[in-house]
Amino acid sequence: MTVRSDTSFRSAVSTDAPLKPGFADPVFDSQAVFRDLLVATAYPGRIVSLDRKLTAPRPFSSATAALCLSLMDFETPAWLDTGLDNNELTAWLRFHCSLPLTKTAANARFAIVSDPANLPPLQAFHQGDVEYPDRSTTLIIQVPSLADGPAMTWMGPGINGSIKVGIAGLPPQFWTDWDLNRELYPRGIDVFFTSGNDLIGLPRTIKVEA
Amino acid sequence: MMNSRTEVHAKPAAIAQRSDWLGVLSRSVPGELKALAADLVSDVAFERLRAPSVGLVMVRGRAGGTGNVFNLGEMTVTRASVQLTDGTVGHGYVQGRDKQQAELTAIVDALLQQPKRHDEIKSKIIEPLRQNAEARRIENSRKAASTKVDFFTMVRGENVA
Amino acid sequence: MYVAVKGGEQAILNTHKMISEARRGDPAIAELTLTQISEQLRLAVDRVMAEGSVYDRELAALALKQAQGDAMEAIFLLRAYRTTLPRIAMSEPVDTSRMTIRRRISATFKDVPGGQVLGPTYDYTHRLLDFELAAEGLERVRATSAAEPLEENVPRVVDLLHHEGVLQEDNDDGNDEVFDLTRQPMSFPAGRDQRLQSLARADEGFLLGLAYSTTRGYGFNHPFVGELRLGEVTVEIVPEELGFPIAIADVTVTECQMINSFQGTAEQPPQFTRGYGLTFGHNEGKAMSMSLVDRSLRARELGEDVRHPAQNEEFVLSHADNVEGNGLITHYKLPHYVDFQAELQLVRQLRAEYEAARAVQTKEAAE
Repeated sequence: MTVRSDTSFRSAVSTDAPLKPGFADPVFDSQAVFRDLLVATAYPGRIVSLDRKLTAPRPFSSATAALCLSLMDFETPAWLDTGLDNNELTAWLRFHCSLPLTKTAANARFAIVSDPANLPPLQAFHQGDVEYPDRSTTLIIQVPSLADGPAMTWMGPGINGSIKVGIAGLPPQFWTDWDLNRELYPRGIDVFFTSGNDLIGLPRTIKVEA
Repeated sequence: MMNSRTEVHAKPAAIAQRSDWLGVLSRSVPGELKALAADLVSDVAFERLRAPSVGLVMVRGRAGGTGNVFNLGEMTVTRASVQLTDGTVGHGYVQGRDKQQAELTAIVDALLQQPKRHDEIKSKIIEPLRQNAEARRIENSRKAASTKVDFFTMVRGENVA
Repeated sequence: MYVAVKGGEQAILNTHKMISEARRGDPAIAELTLTQISEQLRLAVDRVMAEGSVYDRELAALALKQAQGDAMEAIFLLRAYRTTLPRIAMSEPVDTSRMTIRRRISATFKDVPGGQVLGPTYDYTHRLLDFELAAEGLERVRATSAAEPLEENVPRVVDLLHHEGVLQEDNDDGNDEVFDLTRQPMSFPAGRDQRLQSLARADEGFLLGLAYSTTRGYGFNHPFVGELRLGEVTVEIVPEELGFPIAIADVTVTECQMINSFQGTAEQPPQFTRGYGLTFGHNEGKAMSMSLVDRSLRARELGEDVRHPAQNEEFVLSHADNVEGNGLITHYKLPHYVDFQAELQLVRQLRAEYEAARAVQTKEAAE
């Protein structure tokens, strides 16, 4: 598959702001972050701290940036919420990840959201195909806090019984959308919430109640 | 959603120029670039944005030369990116696994974008590389041309005046 | 009863040493360098690059050295190595009409624009062993240079036939999703993109045999080489951070355009159809075989009966890759002690039952 950025994202001239660096050692650093992601996916709801720290372009936190560098490349078109539409950031993503940026959420393999209050409905993203449920959009949602929000009860594979998770900053309809998302199984999107240098995984298998 | 990319479409000539010199640099033969560029770039201060690394590019063809695209096979490519102290970013993409050539290409690409060094670098590096490549092409083509079949046609009766 | 036994480790380590010694041969003889291999065994290197599906002369030479010249083992090594590298881009499709020509011939037209350029070929050698080559250190014959180079862009012969309408055109239907065997499993029915990628990596010998079969009655091929060309094409990519195309390499490729007759159908007038071959390096036999097999695999889309092995895409594509085939066949020499014991027990039991049944029969007959 050849994926290119939508034309208007194309920039042939280097941006004025100096590019912020990516991983110091792309191979080992992305492997370390990937290992942490496996833990976050295996134990949904558990706060996982990354042991790599990045100075990311605004408004990305270190964890959001680390996820981009570890997971995304030229074959995974990504959608950014409008607040991310800045030159420094897109130049950084396109340089370090060779990341094609798309304006159509439904085409995206990844969606990076830094303004969760204005998150579109989850159904706006790619839900995966019956033959390839893995092709759905993975959402990376950067939130103000992973613990200080309204406590919700999470249940499902990887959780012993249930746990309370307090993601902050989500719009009111988020958890209603999440119920709909669960009904699509095995299709459906997966989510990583990030804050600072921490993250929490929310795979499509998890049931969340108030 | 997107707004200002004013320079992008305004300078197609700049893009064509850069595309041209990057093409000349990436296709130089091993050692050639180093020999021409070593002295010119030895005192250039730069930061590595992307340390030289080896990867693969999938080479594509078209069925029948004009039809549907298909994947032919991969080739090794080394890329590197540098940033000069004034912020100019240079990229190098070269065939094979020569990390030094990739980084040198990136440095030269950055210098060529600086108005104060552009002309010097172009005349001392790009033009000689281009001439060498052209000389190699012509020499190979002349050898091939020596194997061109020169059919001679028998003159037959009806053509005789 | 046998049980699985550990203990092969030392033996295995010692085979590594033994193969290293065998690879080196007589230490009194100078060791081969990679440049010697890539310069002087060019066609072997080209085959390893084509079927190993990685264009890198030095790596292919290394693989050949490590494999003691065994092409299939070298191809395997190269395929294994490529899995360690990240994919950084897809190229733009190479434009073979802008190839820097080293060889270009047509069997269909004598006077083609650009001419018949024989190039470096064994076609007109006498296939007599040249004992001069056995002597070292001699000055070898050099190529002659003509006064003028060839034209810069030599048009493809098949393109010249198009305006008459007698040759089917290969048009781009603009499908962006290009099948990639290195990412997706083989699936049937296969599109032409999948078939061509598979054939480009396929074993040369297997393709040659299939191509041969199509011309001997196991297919409906009446082929003409429209054009065979060898030379260098430019590879371009569009790096995401730049957003415009740049040339990154000139690679050697061999291209074969095979022309075949076609009866036509109710919907289509009679026309020549085409088969296409394209390989890395100088691989003429491979490119020609590929184009014949490509044509024969187009049977279904052209409304022909699929009757012969070379027309059956599932048969051809599933068995064309020598890394896969070699992997399965050679695995039979690995320990199957337990499997075999199970079968052995079964056979013994069946024999016992057979003997018992016979004994009863004999007894009954005697009574």
